[in-house]
Amino acid sequence: MLSLGSGGAKSTKPSFVSYVTPEEIKAEKDPPKKEKHPDLLPGEVEFCSANPILKYSQDDLSQHGVFGTLFCTNFRVTFISDETPQEKTAKTFKNKLYGEKNDIPLMCVDHIYGVYDEKRKLITGGLVKNKYPSKMIIHCKDLRVFQFCLTFTKEEDAKKIFQGIAHHCLEEKSLKCVFAFSYMGTPSPGTDLSFCREMLRKQETIMFDSPEDWTQEMKRTKANCRLVIENKNFELSQRLPKYFVIPLAIGDLFSYQGKGLPIWCWSHYSGCALFKASFPPVTQEDGDFQKHLETMINAVAHNYLYSVKTEDLSESLPNIQDIQQSYNKFKQFFLIENSTDFWLSDVKWFSSLESSGWLDIIRQCLQKAVEVVECLEKDNTNVLITEEEGTDLCCVISSLAQIMLDPYYRTLMGFQSLVQKEWVAGCHAFLDRCNHLHQKDKECHSPVFLLFLECVWQLVQQHSPAFQFSETYLTVLSDSVHVPIFSTFLFNSAHHREGVMKAESPLAQSGPLSCPTVWDWSVQFDSKAQNFFYNPLYSEKVKHEKAVRKPHKPKHQRQLSLPSTAFKTPLKKGFFKDETDSLKKMLQVKRLSRWMGSPDSPAATTREFYESWQHRPVDYHGLLLPCLDGPAVRVWMQRYLRWIPEVYILGGGSVAMTTKLMELLSQVQDLKRVLEQRDTSQAAKIDHRPYIQHRLLSFGSSGRLSSSFPFAYTRNRSFKPIIPTGLMQRLMVTDSLASQEDEASSVASFV
Amino acid sequence: MEESGSVDSVESLSKDVTYICPFIGPVRGSLTVTNYRLFFRCTDREPVFGLDLPLGALSRAEKIGAATSRGDVSYGLVCKDMRNLRFVHKELEDSLKKSAFEVLMKFAFPVSNNMSLFAFEYKQVFPENGWKVYDPLAEYKRQGLPNESWRISKVNDHYELCDSYPAALFVPVTITDEELRRVFSFRAKGRIPVLSWIHPESQAAVVRASQPMVGQNGRRCKEDEKLLQAIMDANAQSHKLFIFDARPSVNAAANKMKGGGYESEDAYQNAELVFLDIHNIHVMRESLRKLKEVVYPNIEESHWLSNLESTHWLEHIKLILAGALRIADKVESGKTSVVVHCSDGWDRTPQLTSLALIMLDSHYRTIRGFQILLEKEWLSFGHRFQQRVGHGDRNHTDADRSPIFLQFIDCVWQMTRQFPAAFEFNEYFLITILDHLYSCLFGTFLCNSEQQRLKEEVPKRTVSLWSFVNSQLEEFVNPLYVHYPSHVLFPTVGIRHLQLWVTYYIRWNPRMRPQEPVHQRYKELLAKRAELQKRVEELQREAANRTASSSSERAGSPTRSITPVQTFV
Repeated sequence: MLSLGSGGAKSTKPSFVSYVTPEEIKAEKDPPKKEKHPDLLPGEVEFCSANPILKYSQDDLSQHGVFGTLFCTNFRVTFISDETPQEKTAKTFKNKLYGEKNDIPLMCVDHIYGVYDEKRKLITGGLVKNKYPSKMIIHCKDLRVFQFCLTFTKEEDAKKIFQGIAHHCLEEKSLKCVFAFSYMGTPSPGTDLSFCREMLRKQETIMFDSPEDWTQEMKRTKANCRLVIENKNFELSQRLPKYFVIPLAIGDLFSYQGKGLPIWCWSHYSGCALFKASFPPVTQEDGDFQKHLETMINAVAHNYLYSVKTEDLSESLPNIQDIQQSYNKFKQFFLIENSTDFWLSDVKWFSSLESSGWLDIIRQCLQKAVEVVECLEKDNTNVLITEEEGTDLCCVISSLAQIMLDPYYRTLMGFQSLVQKEWVAGCHAFLDRCNHLHQKDKECHSPVFLLFLECVWQLVQQHSPAFQFSETYLTVLSDSVHVPIFSTFLFNSAHHREGVMKAESPLAQSGPLSCPTVWDWSVQFDSKAQNFFYNPLYSEKVKHEKAVRKPHKPKHQRQLSLPSTAFKTPLKKGFFKDETDSLKKMLQVKRLSRWMGSPDSPAATTREFYESWQHRPVDYHGLLLPCLDGPAVRVWMQRYLRWIPEVYILGGGSVAMTTKLMELLSQVQDLKRVLEQRDTSQAAKIDHRPYIQHRLLSFGSSGRLSSSFPFAYTRNRSFKPIIPTGLMQRLMVTDSLASQEDEASSVASFV
Repeated sequence: MEESGSVDSVESLSKDVTYICPFIGPVRGSLTVTNYRLFFRCTDREPVFGLDLPLGALSRAEKIGAATSRGDVSYGLVCKDMRNLRFVHKELEDSLKKSAFEVLMKFAFPVSNNMSLFAFEYKQVFPENGWKVYDPLAEYKRQGLPNESWRISKVNDHYELCDSYPAALFVPVTITDEELRRVFSFRAKGRIPVLSWIHPESQAAVVRASQPMVGQNGRRCKEDEKLLQAIMDANAQSHKLFIFDARPSVNAAANKMKGGGYESEDAYQNAELVFLDIHNIHVMRESLRKLKEVVYPNIEESHWLSNLESTHWLEHIKLILAGALRIADKVESGKTSVVVHCSDGWDRTPQLTSLALIMLDSHYRTIRGFQILLEKEWLSFGHRFQQRVGHGDRNHTDADRSPIFLQFIDCVWQMTRQFPAAFEFNEYFLITILDHLYSCLFGTFLCNSEQQRLKEEVPKRTVSLWSFVNSQLEEFVNPLYVHYPSHVLFPTVGIRHLQLWVTYYIRWNPRMRPQEPVHQRYKELLAKRAELQKRVEELQREAANRTASSSSERAGSPTRSITPVQTFV
């Protein structure tokens, strides 16, 4: 951001340029020297600071910037400008924990580069000790890029801050050092955990950490399965959820050693259901493995009409390392350091995207989810998806399938409950996958959860009216993964979470740890900002049950289309065993990892499935399928382009549309409320909010909101278009057409 | 098409024709050819399959292979609107009757058969006469012209000096008609620098022209230099003039060999010449051809992005938008007048000027304003629609054909995507314009110039597209539109923010079709908005009444959150 000169003039002239010597700065700066400090969060401790540090503006190539102090705390790296802010920009969308502009939570730092004698080097452990760079470039996991010049400050300060930041952001550390364990943030009404939970209950995010939650969910989907409470103290396995649901036909739980148990995800109204499982334990004898597989499949088949289809996701989808590699390539296209880089990379944009393969991985996941949906919806067969651990791609595919099938998961609370069910309670290894602790072992890092959000975003952009939440919500959620405060993303499993949370934390003296879950959005945003989470175009069900105040929304919208089947009652153990051989013939089971009964490629049959669905009239509260053709799978512009000034559309972007709608709709609501209040009580001073309240959101008054809103703010940026540089060199039209005369009649002589 | 139903006459009806659909496979049904359109229907299928295509959209029709032993003939139709069709049917025993194919060839290419286009037969009456939409004098008056610096010149009143320019031309008052006559001979095709738009505040002008006939010897023309100086002087805010040459500098230089060229900075004091690097009509035609290969009929998923890149289509769009952006920036931010030209000033020049005008003047973002813009910048200033589109002409290899206008509409669409609330019209409006660019149902896009249209009595003998459009405006209205009188739009031209216009280029692919047509959704939204606005107004009125009755003090109240808002759309 350019530092604007004093006075109201919209001067683009920078106040400071880098070629000014530090002495001059000193002289200039000395008189009003007043230490500025960041507003620390409760529990936040300042490690080190340095002044003056020049923060380069991102806007252009020139070496302009702002001087200020750089701090490193146990929560974040933060920069505070020496200049007094020109005006208090009333931000409608302010993160209460960290400002988007100059704060970087330590966990959000992706890479640090140092510029040594014009050469850019990736900072790793070894480099930290020797010399500090003249310029430090920080790439963030939320795709912001910061550039700090360290040459103006005292050498020891520069060294200290550089080493401090590098140490805290890059070195491997223990979980106890994560800020969440020092954070003493008190959720406004008090720290009482049960109270918080009560709050969450009211908001209807189901945590799936109690038997009741699971019973409710089974009831809602009319599942006929068995709730397992035997793992309450993790006796079965530490990799399994505390509570979970399995097919009725599973016999002895303990013979599974916690592996290869088919875990229920969701039941279709027809009675068939979706299950996921990790691989059975590998023993010496190959036969055991086979046998185990068969028991597993049979148990699932028993759930409904003896039919099952199985899919080994580790065989048909990219593995987590592929995903990690692809994302690493992909994100580079958005970590833009200056305009020249931007315009250079703009030319090869499409082929670069393709070469990263990220969009293709998204497509493959959606495709697989559609295949699962097809089995459940069209063929009414049970589905079992498997994978080594059963907590990565299984989570992606099962969650996506549920979103496509069940409109409840397209509401905000439903979506959060789904993430709880499949990911958090479902033991996705967030800590390892997100690499919060900077472990050296690269094998286990992978943005699997982000991949899931990406897939959801594709669905949201294709069928926006079907979703109660907005893309802003998804973007914020993807950022929150790297905010080291929420218990949601800090652990590898339910057992891990429980173990750490219960234990006395050495840093927090006050007994059990109480960090908020991410769903407590009030920790990050005030309620006004939270309005941006809702999609103004959501087509709510016409009949909304206002009166229903149950904690769970029991709206499985379709009625059972089939009478309850013969297998609703638990079968005798012996029966199944005796009948196995003949049953096997009945069962439509083949080998694991092969879709049954489809000689065509899965892509061809799902294509047909998609087309027949597409022909039906649109029902936003019914089945939802994504279009997977090339042009339909897009880049999540809001998340990836929000910090790049070159692509800001002033006064445009989808924000122009949503704010317009929000404005209109909230006006109506406001007026209604005003009238209601006036009707009910004639008390003089009721909350009378003027109609102009939402002006801030309106296109009309601000008019110059940028497309990056609500994330980056183009604060009083001079209203200038961004003109590409060096266009010509790239577009080389090689054939002779280019040199042909425009007036073709002189070349060709046709009638 | 309903509006033609009463007029077009069935010329050929063949039963038992197979349409080889690239998406759903062969379909059997009946094929009807009228003097306006082609019509295929299959009633055996569920849902009923239909195909309705104005013959004007055909670019090429030919038999594929010889008749087979079973007597089947097969022919393929290449369309201007990004699709190809293929039909197979039995050769008629009765050789006296003309085959459907012959009938098709006759009516699809009337110009090549010395017949008149269907637009001249079409006699539908609409409540509004679209030919009255554009009145040049009224439009210039809206811009505050004539004024103390600019006058109207009647020098081209009868198109004798430049047959591709309009009759009404605005030039600086300090230049006499006599001087203008000399400039006519110095500019290619006599397309002299004339005013296109003037900034209401700064008086910075957008002036359009064709290239100066400099040639290898560096010819100069005193009057031309004086004219450009006068254009600069007419704007007191700036002592500079920017000349935007749309071409790549290499091509501009190459034109000197043929007598053309560009303004030298020696001859034109205080003028700065900028090349915008936009390629010529042949490059654009080739780019669209490649694009069609990539999107029709099937999209290769795994290489979709690199295939798209290899067409360069979006890159050309970027260059055109970037050029227009630079022009708009100079006029708005720099308060400087600009002269825009390419070689002849009828392809890249109208692309650039009309896009810059859309950025600068919100009037052109309304439905009627956009119609005026097309009438002015494209039709009256002689974009060669007949040549570029090839109405009714069977010569599909004609090198004069080029999708210049389509490219412009694409650029407009890109802007509507970036500024969803800034345009009064919706996407359906743009698609409708493109469909009737080819259909030959309306007279609007016929001929090459104003002079030709008058000679052919097009306004008298045909219906204007705007008659049709303005009689059902609600179809074309963007419900999110907010009118801001002086609101300049600067779009982002990075490829990252440009998209392929899927709903136009890939609309024939049923898989890419949205479940509900976009304009349908727009209409619903519009109804929703009207309803909501009515409610707001009612409530406001009511609230006002109440406020009036009860003593009201407007204490600043704390802002509380509102509950999430939802619609029942």
